[in-house]
Amino acid sequence: MAFKQSEAKGLLGWFDSRFPLIETWNAHLAQYQAPKNFNFWYFFGSLAMLVLVNQILTGIWLTMNFNPSAEGAFASVEYIMRDVEWGWLIRYLHSTGASAFFVVVYLHMFRGLMYGSFKQPRELLWIIGMVIFLLLMAEAFMGYLLPWGQMSFWGAQVIINLFSSIPVIGEDLGVWIRGDFVVSGATLNRFFALHVIALPLAIVGVVFLHIVALHHVGSNNPDGIEIKDKLDAHGKPLDGIPFHPYYSVKDIMGVVGFLIVFSIVLFFAPEGGGYFLEGPNFEQANGLKTPAHIAPVWYMTPFYSVLRAVPHKFMGVVAMGAAIAILFVLPWLDKNPVKSIRYRSWINKLLLGLFVVAFVILGYLGTQPADPTPTLIARICTLYYFGYFLLMPLHSRWGKMKPVPERVTH
Amino acid sequence: MNKKIALILAGLVMPVMAWASGTSVHLDHANINLKDKASLQHGAQLYMNYCSGCHATGFQRYNRVAVDLGIKEELMQTNLMFVKDAKIGDLMNNNMTASDGKKWFGQTPPDLTLVARVRGVDWLYTYLRGFYKDDSRPFGVNNTVFPEVGMPHVLQELQGVQVKTEDGELELVKAGKLSEEAYDESVRDLVNFLAYSGEPVRLEREAIGVKVLIFLVVFFFLAYLLKKEYWKDVH
Amino acid sequence: MSNDAVDTGRRRFLTAATGVVGAIGGAFVAYPFLASWKPSAKAQAAGAPVQADISKLQVGERLVVEWRGQPIWIVRRPDNVLKNLDGIGDKLKDPESAEEEQQPAYAKNAYRSIKPEYAILIGICTHLGCSPLYQKELNAVVEGVEGGFFCPCHGSRFDLAGRVFSGVPAQQNLRVPPHKFLSDTQLMIGVDQEAA
Repeated sequence: MAFKQSEAKGLLGWFDSRFPLIETWNAHLAQYQAPKNFNFWYFFGSLAMLVLVNQILTGIWLTMNFNPSAEGAFASVEYIMRDVEWGWLIRYLHSTGASAFFVVVYLHMFRGLMYGSFKQPRELLWIIGMVIFLLLMAEAFMGYLLPWGQMSFWGAQVIINLFSSIPVIGEDLGVWIRGDFVVSGATLNRFFALHVIALPLAIVGVVFLHIVALHHVGSNNPDGIEIKDKLDAHGKPLDGIPFHPYYSVKDIMGVVGFLIVFSIVLFFAPEGGGYFLEGPNFEQANGLKTPAHIAPVWYMTPFYSVLRAVPHKFMGVVAMGAAIAILFVLPWLDKNPVKSIRYRSWINKLLLGLFVVAFVILGYLGTQPADPTPTLIARICTLYYFGYFLLMPLHSRWGKMKPVPERVTH
Repeated sequence: MNKKIALILAGLVMPVMAWASGTSVHLDHANINLKDKASLQHGAQLYMNYCSGCHATGFQRYNRVAVDLGIKEELMQTNLMFVKDAKIGDLMNNNMTASDGKKWFGQTPPDLTLVARVRGVDWLYTYLRGFYKDDSRPFGVNNTVFPEVGMPHVLQELQGVQVKTEDGELELVKAGKLSEEAYDESVRDLVNFLAYSGEPVRLEREAIGVKVLIFLVVFFFLAYLLKKEYWKDVH
Repeated sequence: MSNDAVDTGRRRFLTAATGVVGAIGGAFVAYPFLASWKPSAKAQAAGAPVQADISKLQVGERLVVEWRGQPIWIVRRPDNVLKNLDGIGDKLKDPESAEEEQQPAYAKNAYRSIKPEYAILIGICTHLGCSPLYQKELNAVVEGVEGGFFCPCHGSRFDLAGRVFSGVPAQQNLRVPPHKFLSDTQLMIGVDQEAA
């Protein structure tokens, strides 16, 4: 094959002749056509990328002073908070970033739910996104053990014991995961390795796939219309605009707006009212003394509530797994040809609204002790959660849809 | 349909409200001020004299406290450092070994560096004022917010002796060295010091936060103008 | 699109302004990350001055103490060594210890020490950082020289005042740490002697 000289001159030309620099830039930024009607909800994808970069950078810096041993972990976190210059900022960036990650990702997922972004041709994009979500939960769970506080310890103890409820192999599986009969230094060490190397690598890889898939099928939009269906004389979508500069400048604005909110939490309430950094976690892990009330961090609590709502240990674990698994098959549950909630019936809107309410209530209840009344409410919400998805083939078609416009509204 | 949903919603919300208002132990407001250096210094002095014999503050260094609280290093060394051979750059550990603590108190007295972040300042403030005479306990005292407490009332010489009346109120029956108001003030200073100790960087963090936010607001304004400028093409 | 109304001047200005402010922000973010590599409070506490008791140090013997993680040598030099040090200048690269940073001003003298008898040196070779070996005997390091230090890594040689010999890889004399005598038998390493 003949050497193809780039049209660009100089250093750029030298590189471009050997690496598809300009081609990649054009394909994914300067000539990538995005619908022109993105709204507020479309900030969260790029924000998730920002938070991912934050977590990786601050994470690398934390490992420089963190001591992954049962004897030294707790003290090394306080060492970072006090003795290392600016260590407190790096640590708070990481801990606040963890919660911010889930805020952003939940909103990003809700956006998909609302505008039908999981529907054909974006089923695989949605599934890849769900894989990211699963990896993220594993990453967060393992990261939460590392400070070796009381919540770290007992949270890990409880969650790992969930695996022990699996019939026949459960007991051995729990011991195998811990590498000990209780959560111990061995568990901490392996969780550290997974948290700082294995899972971040996997997450970055799958995020890359997510973007490749997105740029292949093109972005959905609040109207749920395929902009590729209406092309101009040059074959460009009539309702498309190049990502760069229009969405790059818009995303910069979104990023700075997000940073304002993020900084308010970071500098003025890094404990997040006890939800981002839980009080008992400022006490070193003690295998002989369980705190009066243990709860997972807030972003796990909706699923934790589902677990507790089921009055059977193993079935509870199954229900919790199912609550996440069911999201994977969402593209095949929704039978409505209309993508966006904007043009769906009021029943669809109401049911989606109630789903959000149920999810938030489950999340809140997961942070609270399991008394009879809240347990009852959690059960109702759990039923609604599963009902919403399982009956979706029926209710997604209920009511009178509005006519979907030919072109995006802007 | 709508009515049914409203009913279900009401059914969901009402028990939540009833249960969320469920009472726990009442805590008095500590009302501390981290900017009050005199209060922090007094708190440090109380802490070192009454608490540090049994409780370590093992994540914090003497010189950090000296600098943050505006105590001269020599004063710190002569008046506030009681551990043998301790150097000014050392962590504030104590003389008692963990095994001795366990022998004397049934369990090792916990490290108090972070206690304010674990319990909250209001709890500490109420706790330190909530000891009352109870001869059934090994140290002769019990506590309103920490039932079956495992330590003696070390500040008794300052506060005096309280008893719990029939209706659950505490009543001072034997005066201590301090008046009631002066004792509360001392406890406030002590709690202030513990709050400082839980997160020594807090004031600095907030001061930096203000500057960061001012910067970000300016940045946002520019980014907003830039976005508007480019999006003129689209509109 | 209404391209005709584009104000390129304003557009360019806003792009540049946002870029500059963004870069400033980036620098502000980078600073804490870079600054966190400085010695922590723990390292600084460990770097605090150390006290050495030299009352039991015999003539001709060497005492090693640790300061900031480095070996500090305290050598009690006998009279014959001190006499010998005066006469070997032609073998040395920098016999007058002309380089300022190699020793505090109060140790810039013929024996590179406060008291001629006691040499206080940082025991790190100025070539690539190994710790040289202490030799007591005549000719052990260099012909005609009473004792000295020999670095096993790359063969650098120093006399018992820490001065480097000519023709070896190291180019500078061994460093003298800041130190002061608290009394005849107590030495403090890491703080300077007050100007006399």
